[in-house]
Amino acid sequence: MDWQEIVSRALARDIRAVSRLISIVEDRRLGFEAAYAAIYPHTGRAHVIGITGPPGSGKSTLVDKIAAEYRGRGKTVGIVAVDPSSPFTGGALLGDRLRMQRHSLDDGVFIRSMGTRGHLGGVARATSGVVDVLDATGYDYVLIETVGVGQSEVEIASLADTVALVQVPGLGDDIQVIKAGVMEIGDIFVVNKKDRPGVERVVAEIRMALDLAGNGLGRGRAYLGHHGPTDAATGSVDAAEVAPWRPPILQTMAESAEGVAEVCDTCDAHMGRLAQDGALVERRFRRAKSETMQIASDLIWRGLADDPCTLEAAEGLAWKVARREMDPYAAGRNLRELIVN
Amino acid sequence: MDEGRKIRVLVAKPGLDGHDRGAKVVARALRDAGMEVIYTGLRQTPEQIVAAAIQEDVDVVAMSILSGAHSYLFPRVMQLLRERGVDDVLVVGGGIIPDEDIPGLKECGIAEVFTPGASTADTVKFIRENIKR
Repeated sequence: MDWQEIVSRALARDIRAVSRLISIVEDRRLGFEAAYAAIYPHTGRAHVIGITGPPGSGKSTLVDKIAAEYRGRGKTVGIVAVDPSSPFTGGALLGDRLRMQRHSLDDGVFIRSMGTRGHLGGVARATSGVVDVLDATGYDYVLIETVGVGQSEVEIASLADTVALVQVPGLGDDIQVIKAGVMEIGDIFVVNKKDRPGVERVVAEIRMALDLAGNGLGRGRAYLGHHGPTDAATGSVDAAEVAPWRPPILQTMAESAEGVAEVCDTCDAHMGRLAQDGALVERRFRRAKSETMQIASDLIWRGLADDPCTLEAAEGLAWKVARREMDPYAAGRNLRELIVN
Repeated sequence: MDEGRKIRVLVAKPGLDGHDRGAKVVARALRDAGMEVIYTGLRQTPEQIVAAAIQEDVDVVAMSILSGAHSYLFPRVMQLLRERGVDDVLVVGGGIIPDEDIPGLKECGIAEVFTPGASTADTVKFIRENIKR
């Protein structure tokens, strides 16, 4: 099959074609840009939900249960499950699917595992492309499960419409929740393993952190800006009409699906709110902007790395830096001048 | 031309035995050989394995059986793959499999069978040399 045929079959929801199209996008195989261009007009319809949180917090189990809940409501679900690739061998053990295999015979659920392939930030470089394939081929929801994150893997915030940040009892004190980074990107907080001791404390700490911030820990307001304090100050009319989204704190026991229906309801409510106050347009614009700039930067950089003259100049400058004859900023500016001229 | 091609392998335990140490050892070895291993875990039906292999677009399906049901389960997976029109996936098996059963399994399309004592290096080498795409 050539890419045209794969695209037309994928858009008709032929599972094998969808799967092959994902490989084309993930591996940047020959023809991938044309294939991507062909599907892109069909994207933008799915509700993209990111599920992130520390390793072992129950993300995969939660994703499995969220998918089951949405299926029960007659919706279709695409899942992109990301696990880390080895920085040494490039290999990966992708184990998220293990918790979701009961959906494998359901045509309304498509699960794809991805290795990060050297990309930091909690997802793979190609994750956004894979999400677009599942969106274009008509899945109502696309769930992205990030790698187990620490404190600073926040790229999911630029890919998803709604980010559910999973926390579990026993990970640290109240200072952890007011640190910058991951804690700022949750549109919804899910405290999983609620049968464990310490769950009330985690909930109280998150609530306190939300109170300190006034409204949301970051992304909902200042990060996206649309109805943030500055807009309110300038007297934007609709800002006054819609109260700011305060990230709800939900408690779940993913293993038994307890609290999962509420997570789904809250994701839907969040989407409703985004659509209502214009933030959805803003979020998707930001995603498009970061994607466009990233691709341009990739293309520029690849063009440079492939050019022997540039490489030679870079190496010459690098020697000067290594011998302490020049500082790295001067060398960088020097190289830039050479490239631009 | 293809910038990021990785060998993708589905490692699965079909049937009802609960012994997955062998499968995990193989999964780890393939990971260390630079492959992307999708591990689906215990008690998978042939239907689940084939569905997962298609969604994950794998180059290889590697199955481990220690229950003695290999002469039913392996051919069943091959049959389902054929029914779905999948002919470019390398299928290998492993586990406690008597020598006299191996020719029959190969006849139905299992490319190689690795029994106790096989080295993981051989498995890696076999996969690298025999993938169909």
